[in-house]
Amino acid sequence: MTTPFGWGWTNVLDPVVAGRAQFAVALTIHIIFAALSVGLGPFLVYFVVQEIRTGKQRYVRLREFFTKVFALGFVMGTVTGIPLGFMFGTNFASFSRVAGELIGGPLSFEAKMAFFLEAAFLGILLYGRERVPEWFYALSSGFVALGAWLSAFWILVANAWMQTPRGYELVERGGRTVAQLTDPMAAFFTPRLPWLFVHMQSAAIISVTLAIAGIAAYFVYHNRDSEVWNTALRAAVVVLLVMSVFQVFHGDLYARHVADTQPQKFAAMEAQYETSTGADLHVIAVPTSVDALDDPRAENLFTINIPNLASFLASGGDPSAEITGLNEFNYDSPPVALVFWSFRIMVGLGFWFVGLGVWGGYRLLRGGIRASDRYLIALMCSAPLGFTALITGWYVTEVGRQPWIIQGVLRTSEGATIGLSSAEATLSLLGVAAVYGTALVTFCYLVRQYVRSERERLLPPTAGDGDSGPDSGSNSDAGQQVVGSDD
Amino acid sequence: MTELVSMSSVQYPVESLPELWFAFVFAVLGAYLLLDGFDFGVGMLYARADGDERETMHAAFGPVWKANEVWLVLFGTVLFAAFPAVYANLLSRHYLLIFAILAALVLRGIGSKLREERDSDRWHRVCDRSFVAGSTLAPFFLGMLVANWRFGLESTVNGTAIAVGLLLVTLSIVLGASFLTIKTRGDLRRTMRRYGRLGSVGYVAVSLATIGYIALAEPGGSPVPSTAETAVAIGGTIAFAALGIVANRRRQDYGWALSVAGLALVFVVFLAWTMLPAVDPAAALSIREAVVSPVALTVNSVVAVTFVPLIVGYFVLLYSVFSGPATAGDY
Repeated sequence: MTTPFGWGWTNVLDPVVAGRAQFAVALTIHIIFAALSVGLGPFLVYFVVQEIRTGKQRYVRLREFFTKVFALGFVMGTVTGIPLGFMFGTNFASFSRVAGELIGGPLSFEAKMAFFLEAAFLGILLYGRERVPEWFYALSSGFVALGAWLSAFWILVANAWMQTPRGYELVERGGRTVAQLTDPMAAFFTPRLPWLFVHMQSAAIISVTLAIAGIAAYFVYHNRDSEVWNTALRAAVVVLLVMSVFQVFHGDLYARHVADTQPQKFAAMEAQYETSTGADLHVIAVPTSVDALDDPRAENLFTINIPNLASFLASGGDPSAEITGLNEFNYDSPPVALVFWSFRIMVGLGFWFVGLGVWGGYRLLRGGIRASDRYLIALMCSAPLGFTALITGWYVTEVGRQPWIIQGVLRTSEGATIGLSSAEATLSLLGVAAVYGTALVTFCYLVRQYVRSERERLLPPTAGDGDSGPDSGSNSDAGQQVVGSDD
Repeated sequence: MTELVSMSSVQYPVESLPELWFAFVFAVLGAYLLLDGFDFGVGMLYARADGDERETMHAAFGPVWKANEVWLVLFGTVLFAAFPAVYANLLSRHYLLIFAILAALVLRGIGSKLREERDSDRWHRVCDRSFVAGSTLAPFFLGMLVANWRFGLESTVNGTAIAVGLLLVTLSIVLGASFLTIKTRGDLRRTMRRYGRLGSVGYVAVSLATIGYIALAEPGGSPVPSTAETAVAIGGTIAFAALGIVANRRRQDYGWALSVAGLALVFVVFLAWTMLPAVDPAAALSIREAVVSPVALTVNSVVAVTFVPLIVGYFVLLYSVFSGPATAGDY
């Protein structure tokens, strides 16, 4: 029996499958913390600079609140990130031998340029407010954000090479074929890198912006006059509007690049099995049966199509361009269902974010967001959705590359460690799943605690008894005086 | 070997660059064992401290441990970047041990970070246990890994590995006591000085026992260190331990800290020096066989030469911003 992911149930204990599952679980959770650092970094810099420039209390509060979140996310990111680097060696030893020259370099550059910068200056950001001059404190926040961005950059250099490898040649060394670095510039700045980097960083910013907007909306919903959280809300809505629109246009161009460089990934994104000209784009696809979930094909889906648009997009303007179908490739297809549905979730959410951004921009122009219950509730519900889109987008990138671990060079099955026992692989899979799951749950729990104690600060004790619901909104008027002293 | 038309045409810019990278890899490992070593020591000594002392210890440890831990990442990635085959062999060969190290680091990191997040005795107890357990197990497992690497042992659990694991645990206790002596005042400081002296004597004892075990019980690995190398290591260890104890008695805290760093230095140099020219004894791989191509190594060198001085600068800055005695309220 085949699962939706193309793996047989009987092979669950196969060490290669267990190793891949382990990497997938670890990365799915780690990417949340990594994106949190990338996206929150610029906001922290903004709050610190505003705090120092204006001296206003509201920025102190925002800085304190989000520095706590950032530090917690950073520790979780470190805890979940260190094992990932080691998993290249433990579970993908053959890949590490083959691609060590191309992957090991960027990973060590990440450590040298990014991690030390981030870790050292985070110590100052967290504990050094009274110990260093203000300008240096602001600079430290900038270095922390820069560290997060450099870290993402080098990771994406390594990943982009796995998507569109360049600048290397295959040579024999010690009886093995290995990829030898011949042209560092070509190998580090592959055709995929600019697309991946811009798309990923934007996704991280959007994810964090939505989370900030959701938290701010929650506080504003309960206390319409909170200067602190109206400030955060306005900033988040403006960023959301700009970035979500940018991301849609950029994503469209990026998809064309994927169609050019990884045609079978593009075909999987569109569940296109037969090569065709004038391919339609399935804007909305609804499975009409369980089979369609597992095996999406145009004929067993209820779809709303835009005729010829897939061809038009892939070619950058030619509605009758040829789209190569999955059946044309003389190797296994990626797990089409996972790629197809992940892509649809990501794109669907992307349009929802544009809607939220435009809606918020309209509310801002019409004199304030704080009056609109419906909009505040929509933001609260959307708080985690940026991360959902980011993770599903990452699945499209990584699962869509299968069966290759290095596109066209090395298959994932050939990259795995040889001789690993299924007991070892299963044990570590269970351990990693438990630890990473616990890390994520603990993080969410503690952020909820931060939100609660912030809410207790916002509302006087008498008004704070209703947890949510319509009453709290009017109760918050009683909190006006406490909150009035924000500035 | 089938090497390689292209390799002969490109040379290393410095003839001994592969050997320099071998030295660099072990220097980074040494920096990690030294810096996170005192963090581990703080975590172990923490088990013996009471409430207020624990707050003080967290205040000393809080701002610096994250940056210290990054040296492990640097070690892993420079080994990967310069000797990818060794990285792949070592990590896949000692699969469960690697995950045990990582799990110990998770316990340590989560325990210390989460403690401050809630003000309940039960929560503090759970976090404290996690912190102490992680801080004890991490150096022990790291020692096991290092021993298996050095002696080329295929089996992960063996006498040599356990002996070296205990050695790193003892070393970390001494390092932690030295760090806390600098960072604290009063009773706690006196206690730490005393633990430091006891720990130094313990470290010499465990060193002698380990070397005796390796010499007598024939670890089964290779290359076996020569008598001269062993004698130098024993001499160096005893000398630094004795110097440390004298400095400790005279309350020369920085002199003592330097002597303890000397102990770590002897350990790492012995480890690396006696492995030469192999870099992966179990796979009989020499430095020249395992190293990456000249182009890759040159790029790595340019980045290392540029950024390692900066990293040292960050540490000078970080430790000087947080210099002086730690007080319980800071954390």
